[in-house]
Amino acid sequence: MNASRLPAGGTALALTLVLALAGCAGAPASDRTVTVFAASSLTGVFADIAELDPTLDVRFTFDGSSTLVDQLAGGAPADVLATADEATMARATQASLVEPEPTVFATNAGVLIVPAGNPAGVTGLDASLDGTKLVVCAPTVPCGATARALADAAGVALAPVSEEQKVTDVRGKVASGEADAGIVFATDATAAGDAVETIVLDPDGRFATRYPVAVVAGSANAETAHAFIDLVTSDAGRVVLAEHGFGTP
Amino acid sequence: MTVPMPASGGAGRPRWLFVPAVLAVLFLAVPLLGIVARVPWADVPALLTTRSSLDALGLSLLTCLVATAISLALGLPLALVLARADGRLAGLVRTLVTIPMVLPPVVAGLALLITFGRRGVLGAPLAVLGIEVGFSTVAVVMAQVFVAMPFLVTAVEGALRATGTGVEGAAATLGASPTYTLRRVTLPLLAPSIAAGGALTFARALGEFGATITFAGSLQGVTRTLPLEIYLLRELDTDAALALALVLIVVAGLTVAATGWLSRRTVRRSAP
Repeated sequence: MNASRLPAGGTALALTLVLALAGCAGAPASDRTVTVFAASSLTGVFADIAELDPTLDVRFTFDGSSTLVDQLAGGAPADVLATADEATMARATQASLVEPEPTVFATNAGVLIVPAGNPAGVTGLDASLDGTKLVVCAPTVPCGATARALADAAGVALAPVSEEQKVTDVRGKVASGEADAGIVFATDATAAGDAVETIVLDPDGRFATRYPVAVVAGSANAETAHAFIDLVTSDAGRVVLAEHGFGTP
Repeated sequence: MTVPMPASGGAGRPRWLFVPAVLAVLFLAVPLLGIVARVPWADVPALLTTRSSLDALGLSLLTCLVATAISLALGLPLALVLARADGRLAGLVRTLVTIPMVLPPVVAGLALLITFGRRGVLGAPLAVLGIEVGFSTVAVVMAQVFVAMPFLVTAVEGALRATGTGVEGAAATLGASPTYTLRRVTLPLLAPSIAAGGALTFARALGEFGATITFAGSLQGVTRTLPLEIYLLRELDTDAALALALVLIVVAGLTVAATGWLSRRTVRRSAP
């Protein structure tokens, strides 16, 4: 009796294993893989959004938007492209690197940040900035262009003590208290946490940069790519975007 | 700095040495020639005479000259003292002085910021007195002195140790005071190494980037030196960046060549 039972149990076990393995091989796991090329500023937020759907196997490459488009043009295998501005996405659309009509899923507005406690008493883009140390991005960098547009709209001429190449350098100089105020994107202000206080400059997002996302043309995983974009634009996705400081259209 | 070379080249040296030697030259020279080849020569005059380029060039030359002068004023005495000092304290000072040479520039900038920044150890009391160096041309010079002065100290101290104390001892025996010996014996003997060390200091200050951008910021005509201007233009206007890079290479090359010429001349003149 015992002798015959053992093999029977063993067979059952083996069968279970085989079924399980077959289940793994044929299951959504391989179908649901998607490679996402995204702008560096999306690093934190996209990782969090991907966690919303555990059945998706998302592989990220984060880099400057221009670099990503260059890589796509060079034949890099990706399924989704998300850029930090519409001009760069337009370059990808015109070259037929992505499917037409990208979806704008987030906006990022310029804000004024001051060190915690606001030692210089800055109240906005106004006379309170006179005699203070203001740091902005160089006009040739996106955050600098936004700062200039906001200043023009407010009718003030900015007199910064430094024009940085990187938005993170602006944030660092304000967070350390070396500068009295700086103009950065809302997401940078959020990332700085308690080290800075934020003064909203553009509540309607009129001068905000817009982040488009599109499926890469000829993607082998187009269906999953669309599923990822649906996730980003879902209500849950919008909540995560807002947590990171992004606006949602 | 100048090592006496045997008159006939190759005497007593195995021929195979030339293979790695040529490789070394190629590795160092080809990237420089690469820039020269890519420079848009026809546009260079226009690219170099823009307001921002001229501002960056002028600021770089001014700050580097001041930084070299400060390095000479402070670094030369330090080298003279260190060369005649032995013991644990001298060793410690020597190590401390050498560290900025091998430090990543960003770390140098952070160190300066933590010390002289508004909330820094020395910067905070100074700020109370109304003295703030951040975002000023003074900050640029400080960053340059911090990374470049060690080159002067090391070069001059090395030369002093190599020459020994024989001549100075003789002068003292003949009744010369220490200051007289320093002025009439030590310094003239050291002139080539001082020139070489000074040029090295100038060249290092000219290339200073990381500490400047961390500590001084970047504003046209105030803190944006040539390397910072090149960094800013790099992504936007490669041609302009290359034209400015060429200026940096030419100025650095002239500085080093002038040192070589100067020190050879001094050696010949002082030779018996």
